[in-house]
Amino acid sequence: MHEMALAESVRGIVEDAATAQGAKRVKTVVLEIGELASVEVEALRFCLDAVLRDSLADGAAIRIEPVAGAGWCPACDRGVPLVQRYDSCPHCDGYQVRPTGGTEMRVKEIEVE
Amino acid sequence: MCTVCGCGGAGASIGGAGWSKAARAKGGATRAWKTVTPAHDHEHSHGPAPEAAAAGEDTHLHAGHRHLHFGVGPAHAHAPGLTQSQMVKIERDILGKNDASAEANRKWLAARGIFALNLVSSPGSGKTALLVRTLTELAGRVPAAVIEGDQQTEFDAERIRATGVPALQINTGKGCHLDADMVARSLAQLELADDSLLLIENVGNLVCPAAFDLGEAHKVAILSVTEGEDKPLKYPDMFAAAALMLLNKVDLLPHLTFDVERAIGYARRVNPAIEVIRTSSTSGEGIDEWLAWLERGMAKARGARAAAMQRDLSARKPDAVRAEPVDALPAPLDELAANGPVR
Repeated sequence: MHEMALAESVRGIVEDAATAQGAKRVKTVVLEIGELASVEVEALRFCLDAVLRDSLADGAAIRIEPVAGAGWCPACDRGVPLVQRYDSCPHCDGYQVRPTGGTEMRVKEIEVE
Repeated sequence: MCTVCGCGGAGASIGGAGWSKAARAKGGATRAWKTVTPAHDHEHSHGPAPEAAAAGEDTHLHAGHRHLHFGVGPAHAHAPGLTQSQMVKIERDILGKNDASAEANRKWLAARGIFALNLVSSPGSGKTALLVRTLTELAGRVPAAVIEGDQQTEFDAERIRATGVPALQINTGKGCHLDADMVARSLAQLELADDSLLLIENVGNLVCPAAFDLGEAHKVAILSVTEGEDKPLKYPDMFAAAALMLLNKVDLLPHLTFDVERAIGYARRVNPAIEVIRTSSTSGEGIDEWLAWLERGMAKARGARAAAMQRDLSARKPDAVRAEPVDALPAPLDELAANGPVR
């Protein structure tokens, strides 16, 4: 349930940015969550629902943009898609693939008024 | 207030999100909404309704009289185009604050030559017993301290203190992991010796602690052979984040069907670089190898501190700088390049 801690971080980031903009309300929060990031998106939504109450982003729509997992296979010396951390390289079947993308967890943008 | 469309009941407030209205009526950031009599002139469910907002839907239908709403939330969103909303780019890591705090811890530890490890595992893997054995073996040779993370109780810290090593217990309450800020506060309380060993025993949990950098040199994952050998695949984030896996309780292997090679193979699938040591706190197997691993890490931390001190020294001696201007001048720049700007 570290999604609650993540949700609290999101609230802090969103409130800082909204306050800096002099916004009265945050209508939308856009998050970028990688497929390989250690976060369960539905649990995060649930926590945000609770955590954002009474904040500037109370009732804001939460939009989550997934980022596809990507890796690098040193044996093949090429980039490969990676759905799970333990997936093998689709070309050589080796398990040396290192994640290069899809591990991010970011607040991308907010819509304020 | 209806949380779906935002229309107000008598005395309702925008702060409440519907599902705990009574508790939230007195809440802080609420504001009065106009009284409507009767409270509702249309029908729809007023039960816990996080799905509508959570799903990010912009429209919904009411059962009583069908109408569309554009935009979720309070009533003033009913007229799209009339509000002056704007998108603001943020692009900030959700864990940015924790990571910054972890980096500050890392610098603090490095400046003192302290080798810090974050020990992670599921509950019952034998972390504390292994720590007790480790500290007993190290007693007198190496100054050490322990930070114990558990939801509740001082039990683990007491077991550590019985070995004569100072231990600080962090109770996370409802929390499932330690974070960098908790460790920062612990560092301020523990009187750590320079060039010492700091072992941070995280909350027993193979999921959440993977995401939270504490400022440690390495995460060490402990997997006991009484667990399944497929755990590295079931909880890949943790094994991907760890530099070392201790395969613990190997004295029990004769009684089990645990396939050691398969477990190690699975761990290397998620982390090809992971080192593995087979240990048992009971029989002592692998303890020497583990202590040697610790000693190598500590030597590295000590060496880095000594080198930084050397650079500091040459930077602070203006005479030396004057005597050897070519060699001595770049020293502060070296330090800056190696450590970044001093906080």
